[in-house]
Amino acid sequence: MRVLLFGRLGDLAGWRERSFDPPPASLTALKALIAAGDDALGAALDGKGVQAAVDKQIVRGDACLAATSEVAFLPPMSGG
Amino acid sequence: MIRLQTAAFDPGAELSSFCAGRIESGAVASFVGIARGEGGEATALELEAYPGLTEAEIGKMAAAASKRFSLDDVLVIHRHGAIAPGEPIVMVATAAAHRREAFEACDYLMDYLKSRAPFWKKEHGRGGARWVEPTQRDLDDIARWDEPRESPRAKPR
Repeated sequence: MRVLLFGRLGDLAGWRERSFDPPPASLTALKALIAAGDDALGAALDGKGVQAAVDKQIVRGDACLAATSEVAFLPPMSGG
Repeated sequence: MIRLQTAAFDPGAELSSFCAGRIESGAVASFVGIARGEGGEATALELEAYPGLTEAEIGKMAAAASKRFSLDDVLVIHRHGAIAPGEPIVMVATAAAHRREAFEACDYLMDYLKSRAPFWKKEHGRGGARWVEPTQRDLDDIARWDEPRESPRAKPR
C-alpha cells in the first residue's frame, strides 16, 4: 500500500511517500503504524482539519483498507 | 477544462485560444494570479498538489460554477511545484452569454481556489520557509458566496 503525506505532515514525518506491506486493515491502524513512537506525528495525523483520502477520494471517519492501493493524509488545504 | 501543471504558461495565448471560435458566448472574463516578490522578501513559492485529487476537486467547483452562473465554458489552469516571483500561478477564464455571469463566476472560482482548493503552499524567503494558511481575507472572500440566495443569480455583498 502506498501512503502519501502532504504539507506539514510530510515535513514532520521526514518522508512524503512510503509503502506499507502488508497493508493495515483500517485507517486507524494505519495511523498508529505511521506514528509508532512519534507522539507529535500521531497528534498531527489526528489534528484539526486533517483529512484522509483513499484511492484519491476523501473519506470521513475510519475506512477499511483491504484492497486499497493508495492512502493520503491531507492537512488543511491552503488554496493556491 | 481543468489543467494542473508544473510548466509555466502564457496567459495571453491561453485566453486567445479560449475565445477562439465562440459565436454564442457574448462574454469572456479572465483572471491571472502572479507570484508576488514581496519587495525581495519572497524567493520562491512552492505549491504542493495531489495530482488526480486536486483536479477532481477543482473540477467539482468548476461544474458548480457553470451551473450557478449558466456558463458556456470554463478554463482553470493551476501550476504546482516551485514558482518564481513574477510568474503566473493560476488562470481562470469563464464564458457566458452576458458579462455579469462571466465576471461573477470568475470571481467565485478565484475565491474558491484561494481558500479551499487542495494545495499546500510553502513560501521560501530570506528568513527560511513556512507553510501558509488562507488569510482571513481569503476566508471572508469565499464566505460572501455562502449566503442564502433569493434570486438564482447571486450577487456578493
